[in-house]
Amino acid sequence: MKLHEYQAKEILARYGIPVPPGKVAYTPEEAREIAREIGKTVVIKAQVHVGGRGKAGGVKLAKDAAEAEEVAKKILGMEIKGLTVKKVLVAEAAEIAKEYYAGLILDRASQRVVMMVSKEGGVDIEEVAREKPEAIVKYKIDPHKGLRPFEARQIVLDAGLEGNLNKLADVLVKLYKAYVGVDAFLAEINPLVVTASGEIVAVDAKIDLDDNALFRHPDLAKLREVEAEHPLEIEAQNYGFAYVKLSGNIGILGNGAGLVMYTLDLVNRVGGKPANFLDIGGGAKADVVYNALKLLSKDPDVKGIFINIFGGITRADEVAKGVIQALEEGIVKVPVVMRVAGTAEEEAKKLLEGKPVYMYPTSIEAAKAIVAMVEGQQ
Amino acid sequence: MILIDRNTRVLVQGITGREGSFHTRQMLDYGTKIVAGVTPGKGGQEVHGVPVYNSVKEAQKEHAIDASIIFVPAFAAADAALEAAHAGVPLVVLITEGIPTLDMVAAVKEIKDLGVRLIGGNCPGLISAEESKIGIMPGHVFKRGKVGIISRSGTLTYEAAAALSDAGLGTTTTVGIGGDPIIGTTFKDLLPLFNEDPETEAVVVIGEIGGSDEEEAAAWIKEHMKKPVVAFISGRSAPKGKRMGHAGAIIMGDVGTPESKVRAFEEAGVPIAETIDEIVELVKKQLG
Repeated sequence: MKLHEYQAKEILARYGIPVPPGKVAYTPEEAREIAREIGKTVVIKAQVHVGGRGKAGGVKLAKDAAEAEEVAKKILGMEIKGLTVKKVLVAEAAEIAKEYYAGLILDRASQRVVMMVSKEGGVDIEEVAREKPEAIVKYKIDPHKGLRPFEARQIVLDAGLEGNLNKLADVLVKLYKAYVGVDAFLAEINPLVVTASGEIVAVDAKIDLDDNALFRHPDLAKLREVEAEHPLEIEAQNYGFAYVKLSGNIGILGNGAGLVMYTLDLVNRVGGKPANFLDIGGGAKADVVYNALKLLSKDPDVKGIFINIFGGITRADEVAKGVIQALEEGIVKVPVVMRVAGTAEEEAKKLLEGKPVYMYPTSIEAAKAIVAMVEGQQ
Repeated sequence: MILIDRNTRVLVQGITGREGSFHTRQMLDYGTKIVAGVTPGKGGQEVHGVPVYNSVKEAQKEHAIDASIIFVPAFAAADAALEAAHAGVPLVVLITEGIPTLDMVAAVKEIKDLGVRLIGGNCPGLISAEESKIGIMPGHVFKRGKVGIISRSGTLTYEAAAALSDAGLGTTTTVGIGGDPIIGTTFKDLLPLFNEDPETEAVVVIGEIGGSDEEEAAAWIKEHMKKPVVAFISGRSAPKGKRMGHAGAIIMGDVGTPESKVRAFEEAGVPIAETIDEIVELVKKQLG
């Protein structure tokens, strides 16, 4: 789960990392009031869950309260990569002397949380990683020991950061504590600024949380913003399905993440475009399949459905019952292609005999068939 | 076969729960030698005739346990795995899905430091065909034969095993290593075991997008593997930055792309099957 910059900064501040004074505003009037309280030049930043806000014109300076209101009026309601800006962060503009990068990521290869620090801050760190990898110092953290101050000081020295060594190292130690404290997947400060007067401030911050750990952070779980997600993804979540909306027109339903990914690949290979990823999980009963079809039928993009089932713990006949119910209630109005194998395969085929479902013995044949049917409609 | 056979004495952690009890019955029916169960606070009960203990240590005292399978809910699963490892169980199979990632980072390191093999989390377990099943897979699709399987997926593995069995090739041991970003055992940890197993004549590796375990496996195969390997990768058409069902099936930046995995296997001389049926054809071709 992604957090907004202002939420990430609240977390960092809670762990003792200095952030510029500021508040979130939902209206231009609120922005003016916050700027007046700050009484200095402020920066107004769109709070949306996409990158590239600056380039899109979603980050602007304002010298006083009146200008803050003007700027906020322009940014609020702006569309950035398909998302509407509903709130802005109004924060004191820092006097930047140096811009650094400090981030923590989960490194799957080493199975460690890795701290990355670079002198090249304030720019896209992935670009730095590609073009100047030597400019990034990486340090694998022992999960049982955490990041100790002596390790953090060495990271600062190795990265060649200039400024108060102890204060810079302290930010790294606290960033790791925050990462573990909120169960983050990613936490970064970019830029980590050393001001003209030598103060250290986290001017921008990004935190992604581990969804698996949200149960122990109910305060953070509440911050999930449903409007940032596709409405069908939210509905799928309520049903407990693993669902991803895609850009094509063939609805895909299967049991098991690997099988569903494979089904998408097959449809793509034969020239079709899947409308979604939908995994009904293991051991699904008829009602689960029925609900899954109901969900797919709400997607206006779906012009045909491909159901791919390999019965293991899931029984193919249970799947068939769900499909039949959805067909008989008239919920599904597009062609349905199905391939079933494994546990209770014969029972399923018997149940589906004479029903308006096109059955194919292999996944690839079924994929070709649904692609041809959907193309035929156009 | 590797890791388990009909003599492997198995403990079930979380045996009194719905999943634990259901799969204990399934495993017993398959012939798995389940000797004990553990649910803290429910010691003294029985589940399908299997005695339940309060701790792994207590169970271990009464039965020499070779392997443990864990059906404990996500919030307590890493702790259960640590309990088994500290009680001296040499093989721990973690089925639970949705375990907090940092719990796994800490637990995997500690369990490895203890010299214990952890398989999973978020995995279907492992099965030595017609010998022992320590997992949740449908046992009947695995016919005894000569192909070893290592997989990040569940259902797709059952498909591959069924296809290999139908083709008369059959399987030795199949290990579902799990779909999470941090798992106890990866492809390259198991390839050496299959390499030395006299019964296994070929290995099928079923990977997917996300992470770099497939690339590491390819590098190991190139250097050390004496037997033919066939690879399969799912999620070839998946968009970047989206989690495809498994927590670990996500392309982040340049890491975890199917192109990189395909390239690594090609460089190692490992043929890549485009469909499940092609896995069978390629294995047959490799075995000559």
